[in-house]
Amino acid sequence: MLVAVLTYVGYGVLTLFGYLRDFMRQWKIEKCQNATEREEQKDFVPLYQDFENFYNRNLYMRIRDSWNRPICSVPGAKVDMMERVSHDYNWTFTYTGRVIKDIINMGSYNYLGFAQKAGTCQEAAAKVLSQYGAGVCSTRQEMGNLDKHEELEKLVARFLGVESAMAYGMGFATNSMNIPALVGKGCLILSDELNHASLVLGARLSGATIRIFKHNNMQSLEKLLKDAIVHGQPRTRRPWKKILILVEGIYSMEGSIVRLPEVIALKKKYKSYLYLDEAHSIGALGPSGRGVVEYFGLSPEDVDVMMGTFTKSFGAAGGYIGGKKELIDYLRTYSHSAVYATSLSPPVVEQIITSMKCIMGEDGTNVGKARVQQLAENTRYFRRRLKEMGFIIYGNEDSPVVPLMLYMPAKIGAFGREMLKRNIGVVVVGFPATPIIESRARFCLSAAHTKEMLDTALKEINEVGDLLQLKYSRHRLVPLLDRPFDETTYEETED
Amino acid sequence: WESFLPSQVLVQPVQLICLYAPAYHLILEGILILWIIRLLFSKTYKLQERSDLTPKEKEELIEEWQPEPLVPPVPKDHPALNYNVVSGPPTHIITVNGKECINFASFNFLGLLDNEKVKSAAQASLKKYGVGTCGPRGFYGTFDVHLELEERLAKFMRTEEAIIYSYGFATIASAIPAYSKRGDIVFVDEAACFAIQKGLQASRSNIKLFKHNDMADLERLLKEQETEDQKNPRKARVTRRFIVVEGLYMNTGDVCPLPELIKLKYKYKVRIFLEESLSFGVLGEHGRGITEHFGINIDDIDLISANMENSLASIGGFCCGRSFIIDHQRLSGQGYCFSASLPPLLAAAAIEALNIMEDNPDIFQTLRAKCERIHELLQGISGLKVVGESFSPALHLQLEESCGSRENDVKLLKRVVDYCMNSGIALTQARYLEKEEKCLPPPRTRTGQICIELDCCLGFLFPQIIRMSVLHYSDFTLDIQVLPLMALKPDWVTGLFQYGTNAVRGRMLNFGTGE
Repeated sequence: MLVAVLTYVGYGVLTLFGYLRDFMRQWKIEKCQNATEREEQKDFVPLYQDFENFYNRNLYMRIRDSWNRPICSVPGAKVDMMERVSHDYNWTFTYTGRVIKDIINMGSYNYLGFAQKAGTCQEAAAKVLSQYGAGVCSTRQEMGNLDKHEELEKLVARFLGVESAMAYGMGFATNSMNIPALVGKGCLILSDELNHASLVLGARLSGATIRIFKHNNMQSLEKLLKDAIVHGQPRTRRPWKKILILVEGIYSMEGSIVRLPEVIALKKKYKSYLYLDEAHSIGALGPSGRGVVEYFGLSPEDVDVMMGTFTKSFGAAGGYIGGKKELIDYLRTYSHSAVYATSLSPPVVEQIITSMKCIMGEDGTNVGKARVQQLAENTRYFRRRLKEMGFIIYGNEDSPVVPLMLYMPAKIGAFGREMLKRNIGVVVVGFPATPIIESRARFCLSAAHTKEMLDTALKEINEVGDLLQLKYSRHRLVPLLDRPFDETTYEETED
Repeated sequence: WESFLPSQVLVQPVQLICLYAPAYHLILEGILILWIIRLLFSKTYKLQERSDLTPKEKEELIEEWQPEPLVPPVPKDHPALNYNVVSGPPTHIITVNGKECINFASFNFLGLLDNEKVKSAAQASLKKYGVGTCGPRGFYGTFDVHLELEERLAKFMRTEEAIIYSYGFATIASAIPAYSKRGDIVFVDEAACFAIQKGLQASRSNIKLFKHNDMADLERLLKEQETEDQKNPRKARVTRRFIVVEGLYMNTGDVCPLPELIKLKYKYKVRIFLEESLSFGVLGEHGRGITEHFGINIDDIDLISANMENSLASIGGFCCGRSFIIDHQRLSGQGYCFSASLPPLLAAAAIEALNIMEDNPDIFQTLRAKCERIHELLQGISGLKVVGESFSPALHLQLEESCGSRENDVKLLKRVVDYCMNSGIALTQARYLEKEEKCLPPPRTRTGQICIELDCCLGFLFPQIIRMSVLHYSDFTLDIQVLPLMALKPDWVTGLFQYGTNAVRGRMLNFGTGE
């Protein structure tokens, strides 16, 4: 309670100062360092409204150095960062030319550690690059369908356990260009509160009616489904043509996993269709890395449209959609991306093929399986230790995305900078990606993190947590003893 | 003081009111009080639909409802269903469906797709960074290659700043909604490409279409908007206005009249967004696009957006302009903030391609000469007309008279394309999403030119083959002056370029076909 009040007070103070600075800038007491409009165009309608940029100018500029940090090595478990300083409070940056080496990278989406600069994946990609070149210069339906793409799609379909799949050049574009192809006017989309911007954009572009249910809340979803079918379309009362439920496997800002069995039960009861966006969960969940469907032990045939991206666990770029053959045939003809946008670049395709074969174990080694298990162990260990230290962590026990609550605006900048001083790179997020009082730091675990790296990171997080008073949790976990369980060991209890 | 009982304090004023107020006043007030009491005690009702249905009836409705299938079935012989499979690199000689052809269908204008320097730069980057970036630009996804590419692009185009997107389609589709919101007005050409249409749809602004390249029509719309503004000046002061045009239109192959647009811009105070996907690296002395072609100061254009998938033979797109405008996209461009960044090897390939463009400015002259030659050679094929400017590297071949319905046109063109492919020329039909386009262009085939490898005589072969295909498959009466070439069988053509281009030139001249 106290924390919430202090957070609001913090934002209030920042807003007051913001108004003061704006006032001073307007009256030219303070120098305006913003870029300004051209002289010839001063009497045009202003491009940005003053208020839109208020947040940008006054709050974001102060802690801008926590984001867009440039790196100059492969984004693996340890990364090299270019040092940059600002002499005018973050309005401009200059690069000193020095490189900070070996920062433990807890911010990149590198779940299975395939972001490597050497190894089988990289060699295969190099070979394909010298053979095919870097670009494609044509769309899928015209001259851009290489034999590599066909190979990739068959492999993806086998990996997911579905009939057929199709791959696209960008994960964001996969959502925003295919949802309009599937639903249109007269259809209903039920979308989770915290869905990603690409799903929201795709839903808006489709022209269907959108209704939002509370995050992971099955009662809210059921109520919406019932009301929708019973009452039909809003004014004409005609029945809906189709109902599509949009959910994600792991939500990237919360770390929570969707309640898939319950969603599927609801979907079957009310005869609607399910669109599952597995951007973060493919490769990261499940005993063999096949995603959230395998994690819950369900059949992939229950999910109508399985979408995912290759950026996170496979260390490449692009997205895919998998499902029944009729669905994929329809998308091949009517998807916006197939007709108007270029196809995937050949070395990227090769990277996906090699990494997917590695995860499936088809390249003859156990490397894939070992990575998936390592990720699961890392996740459990890290989460448990953070809880023991007393931080508030959101999300499911098994999700490799770990948000640590900061709440107060000042701590956002402080946390990012303190961790960088100690050679650990973290991601901090505030408004507008999260609700205004719930800013957080987000850790993304990777199979490439060794136990030593995690221990170092945890030690530093502990120090910074004490320094900034981040240990808000009122529950205290008794630390688990590291001996095997016998009758004299008590289970862990919460106060 | 005892006389001042509370009742007296209360009663006296009331008595006064009753004596001095007129009767109707009292009656009205009485009725009002009674009405308020009634409202206070009546049951509240929801303004939304009241559900008079019993739970049983609801169950029945839920049972009865049958949704449509998720996707309608697609007929097996739908032309777009069977893709051409390209094995091997899509360079100037391309292997389509197992057959080797000369590639007239990829947008590889400068021939940089299989350039060795570009490939080695990409290899070096692959060894240093791996393939993917594993994150968006804000979260450890910004590499020094990205910063370098942005700087190089800004310097090349002579603007202050540039911003890179990881997908060509998403570039303009994210740039427009970042500036134009609900209530703003956008004047856009009818022949704008699909990515622009999607960007406009996402922005929820008012869209006004003007006829293709018709400045009089645009002026008329602007004048109408001016009169509207005078009615409501307060609203007009906050409504932003934009014109969105393309440098070289993908759908028609001609350029926009940029000098007139600039005049209109300053007269009516509208901002211009220019989409230069086809004209970047093609028009202008040094390949800087249509602003160099017309000799216009680049600061007059508010935003230039282009994709790197045509001339630069890479993947992705960029926007360039003044910092005042471009910086805004770093926080509000959806395709920039919420999507992973461009893989570093593709960025390195683009930098190397830019180097080549800067070091050899004469390739643009060569490209232009070849485009004009092909354009000239393609004239005069009866039954097909060429749509596009003479210096445009992407041309369309359209049927002069339609065969009746769009389907039949499409079928005929498909047979033309198939015949050409069997004869060793890879063409493609221009694909459109029929139900989604605002102004659907008529069916046509599209050719994309390649500069360096395309030798004149091979280009000479190309129109003759087109002529033959039209002769074989259409019902028009054609006057063909290609009697000697009737002997040109398909397998002879493939034999031709196996011998090498010099030998071919010799043979063609011997034939004496009149060019």
